Amino acid sequence: MSAAISISPTAPATIDEHQLVDRPIIVAYFLAALTYMLVSLAGGFLMAFQLIQHNPLQGIELLSPGRWRMIHTNAIAYGFIANAFLGALHWAVPRLTFRPVFDRRLSWLIFGAWQVVVLSTAGGLMFGQAQALEWGETPVWIDPVAQLGLLLVAINFVAPIMRNTGPMYVTLWYFLAAFVWTFLTYAMGNFVPEYFVTGTSAGAVGGLFIHDLVGLFVTPLGWGMMYYFVPILLRKPIWSHGMSLVGFWGLAFFYPLQGIHHFLYTPIPMFLQYGAVISTIAVELVVATVIINFFGTLWGNGSAIVGNLPLRWFYTGMIYYFLTCFQCALQVTLTFQALIHFTDWVVGHAHLVMFGVFSMWLLGMMTYLFPRLLGVDWYSRKLSEWHYWLSAGGMLVMAGDLILGGLFQGWSWAALQPWEDSIAVSQPFWATRVIAGLAITGGQLAFMFNLYKTWQVSRHVRTKAAH
Amino acid sequence: MFETKSGVFFVAGLAFFAFAFLSNALVPHLMYRDLPEQTVAELVNGNLRYQFEDLAQRYPEPFQQVYGTPPAGDAADEWFDAKCAEALELGHDVYVGEGCWHCHSQFVRPVSNEDRRYGPVSESWEYQNELQRPVLFGTRRVGPDLCREGGRRSNDWHAVHFFKPTDLSPTSPMPQYPWLYDGASDKPNERGLALITYVQWLGSWLESYPYYEEYERLPLKDAELQAANSESGTGVAP
Repeated sequence: MSAAISISPTAPATIDEHQLVDRPIIVAYFLAALTYMLVSLAGGFLMAFQLIQHNPLQGIELLSPGRWRMIHTNAIAYGFIANAFLGALHWAVPRLTFRPVFDRRLSWLIFGAWQVVVLSTAGGLMFGQAQALEWGETPVWIDPVAQLGLLLVAINFVAPIMRNTGPMYVTLWYFLAAFVWTFLTYAMGNFVPEYFVTGTSAGAVGGLFIHDLVGLFVTPLGWGMMYYFVPILLRKPIWSHGMSLVGFWGLAFFYPLQGIHHFLYTPIPMFLQYGAVISTIAVELVVATVIINFFGTLWGNGSAIVGNLPLRWFYTGMIYYFLTCFQCALQVTLTFQALIHFTDWVVGHAHLVMFGVFSMWLLGMMTYLFPRLLGVDWYSRKLSEWHYWLSAGGMLVMAGDLILGGLFQGWSWAALQPWEDSIAVSQPFWATRVIAGLAITGGQLAFMFNLYKTWQVSRHVRTKAAH
Repeated sequence: MFETKSGVFFVAGLAFFAFAFLSNALVPHLMYRDLPEQTVAELVNGNLRYQFEDLAQRYPEPFQQVYGTPPAGDAADEWFDAKCAEALELGHDVYVGEGCWHCHSQFVRPVSNEDRRYGPVSESWEYQNELQRPVLFGTRRVGPDLCREGGRRSNDWHAVHFFKPTDLSPTSPMPQYPWLYDGASDKPNERGLALITYVQWLGSWLESYPYYEEYERLPLKDAELQAANSESGTGVAP
């Protein structure tokens, strides 16, 4: 913790860490995030059991797998990832800027508003009010509230960043840009293809939106956090500042240009499709520099990832990040697209990104932060280990399984086999996915039980101290 | 610029984003701006009218409950068009709200033998209408592509299939949608009738409609309907 404070030369001589960081709101965000994680897992299971024809809740309108599939993806993006990032931002931004957020009352207002947004989204989807854009399904009447919420988030965190004098650390480049991008991306996806453009052009905007939501909201916040936490945990600076620059500016330039690669071979003009493919391959090179930079940082301290659990979460996520980006460089080519588009290959890719990378980073941050927020160490190291191994292992199995299954589906379709054949060939892969999903869920339950017990211990310690 | 607040905010945050938006979103919009965007009412065509009237024949009681009775004489034609547009729009909302588009795409690619499985490769003008806000290209096919689905199967088939897919296709992983019915597969409710109308519309604008099945016009039982059709010349499949 003290390492963070030495980063900026503008640090006031004495600083009360508890005044700087609003701890209760971080706990609140993390608990909200974990609740939505459970909601998302439930949605995933409904669809997964439906696919293997063993859905016990068949025929109930409010539990329709079609609707819950949308709740699954929205709950993980807006419920888990957004909430967890907001919590972690409340820890990192004040420490990096030596200034509290713009207004603590505003923080709680945002917290409340964001839960309203996520719950209304889930409720709206459950009652069949979706809009036809992935991650933009958010019912019409919630969009303006969410947009306002994102503006307030930006104000609350950009204020301390702007007041900070002296050089900006890498993390703050990512955060500052992310606040701008998230606001713009949400506006682009939730208003433009619904109200302003139609058909193929709406497809182009939709592609930009689903891509930018990962690339310009989740990714910069994620990497910003890595640039913050990893040097603290390793107690050494990032290996190469130049590479950090390449990573940030490469992402900033190439990432927004890729969205159309989600709709290759559609009637969207071919030259735009080629442009998206080329920018995607370009960003994989940028990703490689970032990965090299972080492994350069780890160099010489490799054994740290054995004992230091948060660090292990972070580096596992980075390995998954490299894998999924490498996969992306292949699958984005038109040759691959012909085979794997529309298949579970893409679903495997999406899980690897959203859970394997960003959720795992956030779970690592929670593993690091909860003991500091509650003031006691984890109740059980063993449960923490189970959490890690079930999550990381389950994810590897799920992604590998779906990616492989996708190839078989693609071949079955291209061979003009009857549709039922592509279903039959998918069954073993879909069954394996359920098992991997159960493992991941087991990991999260272990984590939540561990958290509950840790909280009990912390309460006990507090009451003892009070006496 | 590279490490300053203004550089990050204005160049990376705003300028790069704007550049991407202009080049990737505004360019296709400008390229297609001359293609007229059709309203839902304009989307009703002879093929779809045929299917809609067929629904009126096959499910007379549910149909009457939802849409009432068509007026006599010339007015019937207009009436059917209006009700059909209504059903099409609601059907689209059901299709979106139930998440159908997460497992069924709506575009035929020029690769992977897709034109042989589904029909003609998709073109831009097909998507220039109100029901493609946002566009329903889709990203996953658990089930087959649907943009050439209209007319391939009968309304009865769809009615049974939405009620319980495994009755027709035993290994289908598609969920059941009993809430689109009043208790039985031959009693589709308003949303059920609308969804069937929507699915029968997909591809109805093409000459190749219907693509797969031999498609014969059903003898209309209702004398008024018959009169209305013979006068207007609609409702006949090509």
